[in-house]
Amino acid sequence: MLAEVERLSTPSVEWSVMLPVLILLGGAVVLMIVGALTPRRPKLPWHAGLTVVIALGSIVASVFLWWRVRDDGPIAAVSDAVVVDGLSLYLGVAILCSVVLAALLAHGYLRREKLEGPDVYVLMLLSAAGGLVMCGANDLLVLFLGLEILSIAVYVLAGIHVRRARSGEAALKYFVLGAFSSAFFLYGIALVYGATGSTNFTKIQTFLAGNLLTNNVMLLAGFALLLVGLGFKVAAVPFHAWTPDVYEGSPSPVVAYMASGVKVAGFAGMIRVFTYTFSTYEADWQPMIYALAVATLVVGALFAVSQTNVKRMLAYSSISHAGFILIAIQASSTQGTRAALFYLATYTFMVAGSFGVVTVVGRAGDNAHDLSDYSGLARRSPLLAFAFLVFLLAQAGVPFTSGFLAKFGVIGAAVEARSFWLALIAMLSSVISAFVYLRIVLAMYDREAEVTGPRLTVPLGARAAILIALLVTIGVGLVPEPLAHVTRTAVRITEPKPAPQPAPAEISAGS
Amino acid sequence: MSALLLASEGGRSVANPSFPLLSILILTPVAGALVVALISKRRPELTKQAAVLFSLLTGALAIGVVVTFDKHLPGFQMVDDVQWIKNPDISWKLGVDGISLWMVALTGLLFPIAMLGAPPHDEEKSFYAWLLVLEAGCLGAFLALDTFLFFVFFEIVLVPMYFLISGWGYGERRYAATKFFLYTMFGSAFMLVGTVALSYLHAKGGPVTFDLQVLAEQQGVVAETTARWLFISFAIAFAVKVPIFPVHTWLPDAHTQAPTAGSVILAGVMLKLGTYGFLRYGLYLFPEASAWAAPVMVTLGVVGIIYGAVCATMQKDLKRLVAYSSVAHMGFIVLGIFAITRQALTGSVIQMVNHGVSTGALFLLVGYIYERRHTRQIAELKGLQTPAPKMAAIFTLVMLSSIGLPGLNGFVGEFLILIGSFLTVKWWAVVAVTGVILAALYLLWAYQRVFHGEPDEANRDFRDIRFTEGLALAPLLVLIVFMGLFPKPFLERIEPAVNKLVHHVEVNSDHREPGVSTKGDEVVPESERRAEGEAAEGDHATSDTEQGDGHGTEEGN
Repeated sequence: MLAEVERLSTPSVEWSVMLPVLILLGGAVVLMIVGALTPRRPKLPWHAGLTVVIALGSIVASVFLWWRVRDDGPIAAVSDAVVVDGLSLYLGVAILCSVVLAALLAHGYLRREKLEGPDVYVLMLLSAAGGLVMCGANDLLVLFLGLEILSIAVYVLAGIHVRRARSGEAALKYFVLGAFSSAFFLYGIALVYGATGSTNFTKIQTFLAGNLLTNNVMLLAGFALLLVGLGFKVAAVPFHAWTPDVYEGSPSPVVAYMASGVKVAGFAGMIRVFTYTFSTYEADWQPMIYALAVATLVVGALFAVSQTNVKRMLAYSSISHAGFILIAIQASSTQGTRAALFYLATYTFMVAGSFGVVTVVGRAGDNAHDLSDYSGLARRSPLLAFAFLVFLLAQAGVPFTSGFLAKFGVIGAAVEARSFWLALIAMLSSVISAFVYLRIVLAMYDREAEVTGPRLTVPLGARAAILIALLVTIGVGLVPEPLAHVTRTAVRITEPKPAPQPAPAEISAGS
Repeated sequence: MSALLLASEGGRSVANPSFPLLSILILTPVAGALVVALISKRRPELTKQAAVLFSLLTGALAIGVVVTFDKHLPGFQMVDDVQWIKNPDISWKLGVDGISLWMVALTGLLFPIAMLGAPPHDEEKSFYAWLLVLEAGCLGAFLALDTFLFFVFFEIVLVPMYFLISGWGYGERRYAATKFFLYTMFGSAFMLVGTVALSYLHAKGGPVTFDLQVLAEQQGVVAETTARWLFISFAIAFAVKVPIFPVHTWLPDAHTQAPTAGSVILAGVMLKLGTYGFLRYGLYLFPEASAWAAPVMVTLGVVGIIYGAVCATMQKDLKRLVAYSSVAHMGFIVLGIFAITRQALTGSVIQMVNHGVSTGALFLLVGYIYERRHTRQIAELKGLQTPAPKMAAIFTLVMLSSIGLPGLNGFVGEFLILIGSFLTVKWWAVVAVTGVILAALYLLWAYQRVFHGEPDEANRDFRDIRFTEGLALAPLLVLIVFMGLFPKPFLERIEPAVNKLVHHVEVNSDHREPGVSTKGDEVVPESERRAEGEAAEGDHATSDTEQGDGHGTEEGN
């Protein structure tokens, strides 16, 4: 006689709210299968085209969800493991934009390097799906899941240029250090679970608001380990050591995605975990992020000065940018989150555009990244040089570019949180960074440089990507109100209602 | 309540909604830059014509502003106010008063002159486009009535100037351009934090505004010590820009390596951004802190006068000499500003125009000498008077104006600054006078070495000034004489604004202008003036608390 089989209870899945992720996953599978059945080098660039269409489709689905969430409030799904709210949709779209730009850049690059095939695009879509899961995670384990989906695809992407030894080296470095940091992250999850009894953000938040821990060492250690894991993804000092090497070695379009999309996902996790979930413990984690921000800003700016390789310069400058976003998170306020969201969106386009130019200037072999390779660029291709100039000035924070307003928002958040010294350190470090950008600009606009080498051909996709990034960078710089409005709405429809504070019951951690 | 009343009074500026003259004034050179950028590279003469046309048009509009300016009103006129960012409240708010009026006029005048008088040798297109962008930035900075907008313009002018120096300058231009950019950006870093901090602290959790008039008229909302720190953050930025000793070291390099047009604009207009900043975002925005910092600022100003003069005397390079003379002259202006008396402030404003006119002309002349001889070394120039009598005559006139000879423009400003500062900082004024003497020394000595004597082989065929070069210099020469003989039209427009500014400082701080009446021997007793001021301050404190409560806590969206 068979005993009656006990059915495993599975949570109901609200498919409609998962649509942006599902589109990416489904699209990736379709692309993989169709790509395997058709020639690797198609005449029409449909691999990139389909990727862009899939990403755009996901953006459209996100926009519809955005409208729904804006009117009805955040939606919790899959038994509260996933949440669809302003933060997840906004940052999800930022990641998708970075996929669109990277895919446009990748096409010309892969053709030039004779690496064509659907695999890069499939990996990019899968990685973005992981990023979206991270943005919408409402559970530490789901966050970890997203982090791994995102990372594993990017490890492979870093090494996709099979004939370049540096690409393989970058992939290996990234993988070893990334796996190491994932372990930290996982340990952090375990400690937080031990201290609070749950991995669900909502439950953790309610628990921490309602109970006072007599012994919070375990929880604080959990914070630190989670910060290590996320700090690695966003390249915060002292977890940044991989960045210059990996950025230098990886294929340039992949770097465009790594510097924008992966960073956005990392910060999404950080905002979700620290600003929202651990908001009651902000006095404990704010100093950690404060220290991290100062180190990131200063190291990012100072180390960039001694570089002669443009990709490494940009790698250090991306570290410095992470410092700025950390400042916004450190403020742990509505204004701070808004500033971080604004910064991330504008930064995505700035950095993708910058690496777009780097992709084109890199020439066949992806090796022409020395500062001397940029000298006289303004003469060879004035428009490309102009685009790079705008991106660099935006990164330096010159007015009438989106970068200026992003920095301005961050400074506002820091000042509002009374972190005047942090604001000052940030601005002074941006002066040092400006020196780095000026070196590149000087090289490009050097009128005595001999114009050597073959004419640079800018593929259509790269042209489109750089143009989009340029328009957004200048457009947001001139008319920031629409984006500012969206960030305000995003924070409003994410803001958790502050949990009422009942009489705290004493519970000792680890019991 | 007085603060509120003051705010409403100060806020009520003469608006002219029908015609946004000031916005058009700023946008004309922007349009010009776009047009120039779109003209084909193969038509350099067309680029020049278009650029000059647009800069002349801007100059005409600037004159239009001067003509329509109502000289009896002390407040801001022709205010344009368009909201740019909703939360925090940032507006495209422009307005002109007696102080900015002449800065705008100076900008409108010097740009066409720089374009006509010192054309580039190659890459005309981008040269003119950058110059036009620079003009828009300078005008915007002088006209902005929003601290954020001011910062934007203050910062954006770096980019075109950086390219002008690094692209069309001389030997060490890349070093000089980078040094210039980084020094100024270093200063701006402090100012950005100060700007943002002021607005957020002023809001006290309520709606954040960057409106200059609101921030300046509602004094006392920010604590005194905090206001002093904020003033320091602004002062660092302006000190670098002016430049004040000891952060002046970028200036000799930038001036010497910049192309002639760049030097003219840098000395004539861009240094004024610093002194103008001290007036508008120092005295007006932080009256108490300015009065508090005045002794230090006056000292630094006087140190600059003497140091600049001594360095100028030592220079072997003619352009570097003029650059150091700028340090000395700007020291005078700083002395005048922080003496905080009516005469000294009026003198400072007029001296800002004077310095722009005479130093602009001097740089043009030095540029012409370099064009002909390809050297700026004083030792290699000799006896230019014989082959070039006209240039010698013009140089003499400009030099005398720079020294401050009575009857020429420089005298009016220096005299007003000296008598004005004698009232409050007597001994510093006495020391500053020696600066005038030193100026005579280094300029006359330089003139003697360059123009007197028998020309040697190399200098014998020195070509005299050409018609077009003379044409570019002519307006400056006319102004030098006109402003020296008949400064009334300038002074009477400056005075109402300066009187209001001094009154603003007196109401909001312990500073009192020594009671020397302008009506002769009728002296206002010190005690009366003090009592008046304190009564106003008393009211002030009560209104502040109301102000604080009155703000909502809405974050808005």
